[in-house]
Amino acid sequence: MSRVATLKINGQDVSGREDETILEVARENGIPIPTLCQIEGLSNVGACRLCLVEVTGISKLLPACTTRVAEGMEVRTESDRLTHYRRMAVEMLFAEGNHICSVCVSNGHCELQGMAVALGIDHIHLPYLAPRRGVDASHERFTFDANRCILCTRCVRVCDEIEGAHTWDVMGRGVGSVVITDLNERWGDSPTCTSCGKCVQTCPTGALFIKGSAVGEMTKRNTFLTYIAQMRGNLK
Amino acid sequence: MTQTILIDPVTRIEGHAKITIHLNDAGEVEDAHFHVTQVRGFEKFVEGRPFHEMPALMSRICGICPVSHLIASAKACDALLAVSIPPAAANLRRILNLAQIAQSHALSFFYLSAPDLLLGMDADPAQRNLFGIAQTAPQLARDGVRLRQMGQQIIELLSGKRIHPGWVVPGGVNQALTEEKRDAILAVLSEGIGIVQRTMLWFRGILKQYESEIQAFSALHTLFMGLVGPDGTLEMYDGRVRIADANKYIIADGLAPEDLNTTIGEAVEPWSYLKSPYYKPLGYPSGMYRVGPLARLNIVRSCGTPHADEELGFFRTLDHHSSFHYHYARLIEILYCFEKINQLLHTPTILSEHVRAFAAPNNHEGIGVSEAPRGTLMHHYIIDDDGLIVRANLVIATGHNNMAMDRSVYQVARRYVRGAELQEGMLNRVEAVIRTFDPCLSCSTHAVGQMPLHVQLVAPDGSVVDEIKR
Repeated sequence: MSRVATLKINGQDVSGREDETILEVARENGIPIPTLCQIEGLSNVGACRLCLVEVTGISKLLPACTTRVAEGMEVRTESDRLTHYRRMAVEMLFAEGNHICSVCVSNGHCELQGMAVALGIDHIHLPYLAPRRGVDASHERFTFDANRCILCTRCVRVCDEIEGAHTWDVMGRGVGSVVITDLNERWGDSPTCTSCGKCVQTCPTGALFIKGSAVGEMTKRNTFLTYIAQMRGNLK
Repeated sequence: MTQTILIDPVTRIEGHAKITIHLNDAGEVEDAHFHVTQVRGFEKFVEGRPFHEMPALMSRICGICPVSHLIASAKACDALLAVSIPPAAANLRRILNLAQIAQSHALSFFYLSAPDLLLGMDADPAQRNLFGIAQTAPQLARDGVRLRQMGQQIIELLSGKRIHPGWVVPGGVNQALTEEKRDAILAVLSEGIGIVQRTMLWFRGILKQYESEIQAFSALHTLFMGLVGPDGTLEMYDGRVRIADANKYIIADGLAPEDLNTTIGEAVEPWSYLKSPYYKPLGYPSGMYRVGPLARLNIVRSCGTPHADEELGFFRTLDHHSSFHYHYARLIEILYCFEKINQLLHTPTILSEHVRAFAAPNNHEGIGVSEAPRGTLMHHYIIDDDGLIVRANLVIATGHNNMAMDRSVYQVARRYVRGAELQEGMLNRVEAVIRTFDPCLSCSTHAVGQMPLHVQLVAPDGSVVDEIKR
């Protein structure tokens, strides 16, 4: 049984078990922290850097989704510095891929777009990289558009941790990273894919979508994740 | 000494263009060209995209006529799916297209061309715009704004969005029409009809003042092309392509979309980014044809709605060659649009919930043809086994008119421009003939008479002989 730690978040006294993360304790207490790669029911990887928080006594910013709470900790979830870095992180996601909201299947239902709106981003100040990325439409029911992928790895984790197929993984390093199916084969040729669609439903953007969706038609339903995780006892 | 007059940019049109007029030693017009000066690249950058995205992608070509591209693109996608879309969906798309045509025609007539028609071709350029109209004839300006608003409102009621709606999808539309929205659309139609009739009465009255222009704009004899319904009536959404000669004799009829590749050729000229389509059997450039309101009314048996047919009777007394009468044809079509929307909203299945057909792609090639405000619009897509676009070719309405516009510029320049005594009004007439076609060269309206017109007479050695700025 984990011990209980008492700490302050934004000056508010809160308590949580020592095996809980700052993000979990904050959410239990109704304190919002923005996230993109994190989704309840899957492991946390701290990839998107949106949940960065300030902790007194530590000069660098820490991701709330992978940092555990500790006794006497003082956490700030909002500051000019945090807003600056969060905006920068989202702007970099936009600049790194090819995100054309107006013609995207997820327009209006996209977590990246929603985050940009929430952070008040109306311009991208960085030069667009405009990478050449392809579309894999070889699967009978689903399409993967790498242009819209933000490498959150939700698809990789849900396929591995929930479905147990581990069809998706990440290839390459740094800016050249890309999610692939099996050994970088066409999705439609994948011997491991069960066509369950969990990757599609957990993808925060229009990178994974149901074939035949027109602009703005792809809404994601991922409440199943919490349910499955609870049933399996994966959730604390 | 030969000279070149450059009109750059051409104002009160949609998109960017310039005109060059070449004078000979005697200062007479030797040649003239209409240049489209921008390239958009849509056909290229859609390669590799899933075809279900095409309607939304293609509608982004234009802010004035997004609906036209949406419709033609969705029809090409229907052809890829090889489905017959539900009748209610076809009629809803049809209404959307008619509302689009009505608002676009209102823009062309009231905002872009009425300044020439009301204030005169030689009026002060500073006044020759919508604001000049608002001062001189406020009701006319209000009518223009109101008509455009009505068209846009109908589009919004149907599709949820005035510009770039995502409502039209491959296989139909993604939401049925509600009774409430149908009634809201029905409520505005009679006001629209009243406005158009009032405008026509005024326009008929001033036609006499423009006899010289009507004549000058009619020197060009071309074929005419457009869609017609099964009974030869005016049809904007479906139907088959009909081509008539300069004397309105039908020379090709009942052409299906897939026949158009063998009927229409596309030439490329070095002076313009716009292709020059031509009627293949007559070759290039003899196969020059016109599309749009004038062409449509020249090829149909009737409009199929009572008020528009009445006006068609008068229209047939006018010189059918003259591009000047694009204006009158445009007004008749607005009338037709409102009447036809009324008819369609009273069809029994219009509120049907069944508005979308679902299928996997069954064809590798699909062609969609519909009428845009400016004329026949063709989208042609080829996809791979996965449904990704391999090749896209668009023949846009303004493109069909390219050769006719180019030659009209020459003929009107020859009639009005004298190098020795360059006047702004002469050049405005050259622009005015372009405006009769209401070219939509790229995207949205960039100017309402406010853009600078810079005309230079340049000698072969590069020295500026004469200059007019506005």
